[in-house]
Amino acid sequence: MEDIILKAENISKQYRLGQVGTGTISHDLNRWWHKLRGKEDPYLKIGDTNDRSTKGESDYVWALQDINFEVERGEVIGIIGKNGAGKSTLLKILSKVAAPTTGSIKSRGRIASLLEVGTGFHPELTGRENIFLNGAILGMTKKEIAAKLDEIIDFSGCERYIDTPVKRYSSGMTVRLAFAVAAFLEPEILIIDEVLAVGDAEFQKKALGKMQDISRQGGRTVLFVSHNMAAVKSLCTRGIVLEHGKVVFEGGIEESVDYYTEIFSKVFSDPPVYKDYSNKIEILSFHVKVNDRIVKSGTSILLGQKIKIILNILIKDDFDDLSIAIDILDKNGGLMSHLTNEDDGFYSNKLKNKDCKIFEIETSELLFIPSSYSMNIWFGIGQVEGVYDIKNFFNFIIEQSAYTKRTKQLPSHSKVYLHSKWSVEILNKDND
Amino acid sequence: MNNSENGATPWLFEITPKNKFFSLNLNEVWQYRDLLLLFVKRDIVTVYKQTVLGPLWYFIQPLFTSVIFTIIFNTVAGIVTGSVPPFLFNLASITVWNYFSSCLLATSDTFKANAGLFGKVYFPRIIMPLSIVLSNLIKFGLQLLIFVVFYIYFIVSGESLSPNFTLLFFPVLVFLMGLLGLGLGMIISSMVTKYRDLTYLVTFGIQLLMYISAVNYPLALIQEKMPDYSWIIDYNPMAYVIEISRYMLLNTGSFSVGSFLYVGVVAVAVFFIGLLIFNKTEKTFIDTV
Repeated sequence: MEDIILKAENISKQYRLGQVGTGTISHDLNRWWHKLRGKEDPYLKIGDTNDRSTKGESDYVWALQDINFEVERGEVIGIIGKNGAGKSTLLKILSKVAAPTTGSIKSRGRIASLLEVGTGFHPELTGRENIFLNGAILGMTKKEIAAKLDEIIDFSGCERYIDTPVKRYSSGMTVRLAFAVAAFLEPEILIIDEVLAVGDAEFQKKALGKMQDISRQGGRTVLFVSHNMAAVKSLCTRGIVLEHGKVVFEGGIEESVDYYTEIFSKVFSDPPVYKDYSNKIEILSFHVKVNDRIVKSGTSILLGQKIKIILNILIKDDFDDLSIAIDILDKNGGLMSHLTNEDDGFYSNKLKNKDCKIFEIETSELLFIPSSYSMNIWFGIGQVEGVYDIKNFFNFIIEQSAYTKRTKQLPSHSKVYLHSKWSVEILNKDND
Repeated sequence: MNNSENGATPWLFEITPKNKFFSLNLNEVWQYRDLLLLFVKRDIVTVYKQTVLGPLWYFIQPLFTSVIFTIIFNTVAGIVTGSVPPFLFNLASITVWNYFSSCLLATSDTFKANAGLFGKVYFPRIIMPLSIVLSNLIKFGLQLLIFVVFYIYFIVSGESLSPNFTLLFFPVLVFLMGLLGLGLGMIISSMVTKYRDLTYLVTFGIQLLMYISAVNYPLALIQEKMPDYSWIIDYNPMAYVIEISRYMLLNTGSFSVGSFLYVGVVAVAVFFIGLLIFNKTEKTFIDTV
């Protein structure tokens, strides 16, 4: 038996790009004139899908297009997608903050959102007063809050400061207090966006645990948005993948996360993007070697292997201190490592016009967790002024190897593998 | 929610692109009444925190303004206030005017000032301007107290003063004034989301409005001295509000049932227009503000 608690039908959301304010009167008048004659809104028809990297033709974009889904009571749904895929817009519509341009959402339960914790905190009020204010903003009544006050204070771990104005709190304490209020909300449908990114590790664990409690025993319906795939996997039962404002995948959480990672690997096969800022150098050629063999971008590299980058550069101006920096990014675009010539005390000074230089850069053993990574390279003068950069310079996939003797896969939500040596000494007292 | 077999339970609510043409969801406002009260409390408690004089500031502003007005308009410019001491005349007008102007100023900033909050959580937006009008009402009550103190002082020192029996309707007048301020504020706050210019217009416009609202002169004076232009004031409901409240409190000036009704009709009309525009803006402002 199905018990649909939330139903989204053909949700679309249009945004206007550029400066809002210039020309709005003329657009408004034009709209009104069309409406008066019983015609369609002239600005609704045009509009591109929301792809930031390409330049669209019109000033209007669809942040969301024809979103349809149903949520059953008690389900925990993960909404995943890249930055700008429309996740936050969707949550804003669900939590009634923004109205959809077309379509409708039907619900059989109260929706409360935890979009950003700490909204509506007043710095001059004490922690206790803010609990009431914040709770009321989130839709609780005074009575409901009073009944949970002790639990909230206890969960936040701010007992000592509870009668002190919030402006005297550390930022961590404010966040904990805010999260505590929100965690004790009791709506039928709860919307959570990236809240787990706050607080120290201990508090994050507590927060994640609380989320699990909410969804498991409460039978509460939860919509969860996060970039933390591990958290999504452990919390959610079903996933919806958004890309460019459209639902591209809907299904079990494992399949959804896999689909999402695939979208990312597609990005990683992108060709390098060159940018020359000042015409001071020219990259004649570059290649990457593993075990002294040239490899192509997109190749697999074993855990513990080193890579060597060879750059052939033509100097086109007289200058001092050419610096080179390399960023290694994970599949979510997070910076894994940053290398520069300074690390090795290496400097190239007194460069002359028409010099030709071949740089060789060898990394130490790569110990990133098996996944896909990309590299950007940056050239500058004195580590400050950029002259040239190449995005997606080199992409690679790390594969688990005999570098670690473990037979199982390294946990995919860890970041870096550290090799450890193990030994044990047997002290037998009877032999003395 | 109780169990729902085969999805037959009706939907609790629906989110759609456009609001119905006119909807004031009183039920929803009632559900959020605690929030309304907490906002009022917040506004009252936090205003003068960490100040030495604290709530005394509520009294200092009208008192000092009255003193200055008395010196400028009555002593220097020689405006006659009849049997009423000029200071008391000014204090009454300013106290009443302050309520209207602070309601208007604060509500007209609703969407812009709370964009951050409104962008993150939903609650009936009308709660915000309502809370402003209510907290200003408390402030108004306090300032009225200080007026009463001076009233008694002047009677004790031998002035012949007495309120009018129409004083009974003073709460109605205050209500209408609040409605007028709220309505205008809602109209302006909705338009500010698109056209920021209005913010600047309001801050100085309200000062100019004071001069055509009979705050520091009796209504009859302008009709006598500038008969050609007095229509500007004749159409201004706030001029009547001030004049009538002085009539009620100090038994000076003029009163007619017609002017009272005029204030009522305008206030109610402005309030409903404001509500209409506010409701319309509520759903879309987050994309334009």
